Amino acid sequence: MAPPRYRRRGFSRRIQLSLFIGYVIAVIGVVIGLALMLVARFDPQGFGLLRGAALDATMPITSAGRSVVRAVESAGSGVGAYVRAGSQNNALRQELKLAKRRLIHAKAIEHENQRLKRMVRLLENRPRPIAVARLVGSNLSGHRRFATLAAGARAGVRPGQPVRSLDGLVGRVFETGQFASRITLLTDGGNNIPARLVRSGTPVFAIGRGDGSLDLRALVSGGFPFKVGDVAVTSGTGGVYPPNIPVAVVTKVDGEHAVAWPLADPARLDFAIVEPIYQPPPPPAPPAPAAP
Amino acid sequence: MNGAIQRDTSERRFVARARSVPALSTIAGSATMLLPIIAVSPLLPPFGLLMLLGWRLLRPELWAAWVALPLGLADDLIGGQPIGTSMALWTVTLLAIDLVDNRLVWRDYWTDWLVAAVAILFCLGGSWIFARFTGGGGTVLSLAYQTGIAIFCFPAVARLCVVLDRWRLAR
Repeated sequence: MAPPRYRRRGFSRRIQLSLFIGYVIAVIGVVIGLALMLVARFDPQGFGLLRGAALDATMPITSAGRSVVRAVESAGSGVGAYVRAGSQNNALRQELKLAKRRLIHAKAIEHENQRLKRMVRLLENRPRPIAVARLVGSNLSGHRRFATLAAGARAGVRPGQPVRSLDGLVGRVFETGQFASRITLLTDGGNNIPARLVRSGTPVFAIGRGDGSLDLRALVSGGFPFKVGDVAVTSGTGGVYPPNIPVAVVTKVDGEHAVAWPLADPARLDFAIVEPIYQPPPPPAPPAPAAP
Repeated sequence: MNGAIQRDTSERRFVARARSVPALSTIAGSATMLLPIIAVSPLLPPFGLLMLLGWRLLRPELWAAWVALPLGLADDLIGGQPIGTSMALWTVTLLAIDLVDNRLVWRDYWTDWLVAAVAILFCLGGSWIFARFTGGGGTVLSLAYQTGIAIFCFPAVARLCVVLDRWRLAR
C-alpha cells in the first residue's frame, strides 16, 4: 500500500517550523556525538562520574541473574561429564600418572628456587590483593570486551589495576563506579600484555583479538619461537602486570606469530582478584665506594 | 462527578502508557546487554537498535529524528561504549530513514526489512569503527556474524513491536 505522507509539509507555518527545529536538533546531536567520540579517543576516562553511576545502577540487575546462570552452566557440564565418564576416567588416570611425576620434579625445582632466592635475597613478597569479587556480566553486543566486576572505588579499585584469577590473568580495570567496575578482558582489542614463553623464555607481546583469542607476537625476529601448547606468562616488563601470571596457551602457529587462548576462561570465573599496579623493583644500587 | 474524575484518570493513564511504551521498550531492548552472561565475543544482536527500527518503521509519525539522541545515550551508558556512539549513529539512521520515506512510494514487508538491514549494517559497522578508533575492536568476522544474526532477528522484533503497539493503544 502507498504510505500516508505523515511528514508532508503543509501550509501551516507552525508545523513547518517544528519539523525544521526537530531536524536542527538532530543534526546538532550528531555533531555532539562525534565530538564526544573524539573526547573518548583522547581521554578514555572522560565522563567517569556519569559512566560510573550508570554502572552502579545496572550492576544489581546483572548480579541477581548471575547466580541462576552459574547453576545452569554447572548442571550442564555435570551432565556432560557423566556421559563421557568412561573415556574420561582412562584419560584422567593417564594424566594423573604423568602429573605425579611432574609434581615431584616441580617440588625439587621449587626447593632449588627458594634456596637460590634466599641466596640473592630476592624474597618475593607479593603485595596483598586490593579486592576479591565476582565477575557478574559482560557487554554482550558491543565490540569492546568489557566485563563487570562487583567491586568499585569503595573497595579501593582504581582504573589501570591488573585483574587475575587463580587460573591466570583476566584483564585490567577500565573504569570504576562506587560499587562496580568495568574491566577490559585480556582478549579486548585494546589490551597489549608483555609476556614470555615458559618453555624458552622468549619475550612476546600478547594482543587481544576481540573474539576470545589472543595474538602472540615474538619481540625478536627470526626462527620459529612458538609451538602448539606453549604457555605464555606475564613478564612484568614495563610494570602494570605482575610477573609470572599465566596468560594463554598457543593453539595455532603461523610463522612468527601465533593464536592463543586465555587460560582463565571468563565465562566460568567465580572470583577475580584485583591487584595493585606492579612496579618493577629498582635496579640494585651501585656498591658504595670504599671509605679512604 | 465521581465518574468524570475516574474517566479522567483512566484517560491520563492511557495517554501516559501510549506515549511511554515505545521509548521504554527500546531502553529495555538496550538492557538485554545486562544479561548475566560473560561472553568472549559479541554474540547478541543489538536489541535496542532493533526495537528503535521496529518502532520507527511501524509508526513513522511517532518519533522525530532527535528522539534517537536520548535513547542512544541510554544505550551507550548501559553498554559501556564510548558515549556518543549510538547517539550519533542512531540519529543519522533515523534522518536517513526520513529521507527514504520521502522518496519511496510503495512500502511493504520486504522493503521494511531491506531498510532495516541497511540500517543495521550501518550502525554495527559504525560502532565497530568507533570501537577501533577509541581503543580496540574485534575482528571483521565477529562483526559479520553479529550483523547476520541481527538482520535475521529483525522480523521477530518488528512483530514484538506490533504486539506492544496493540497493547498500548487498547482501550
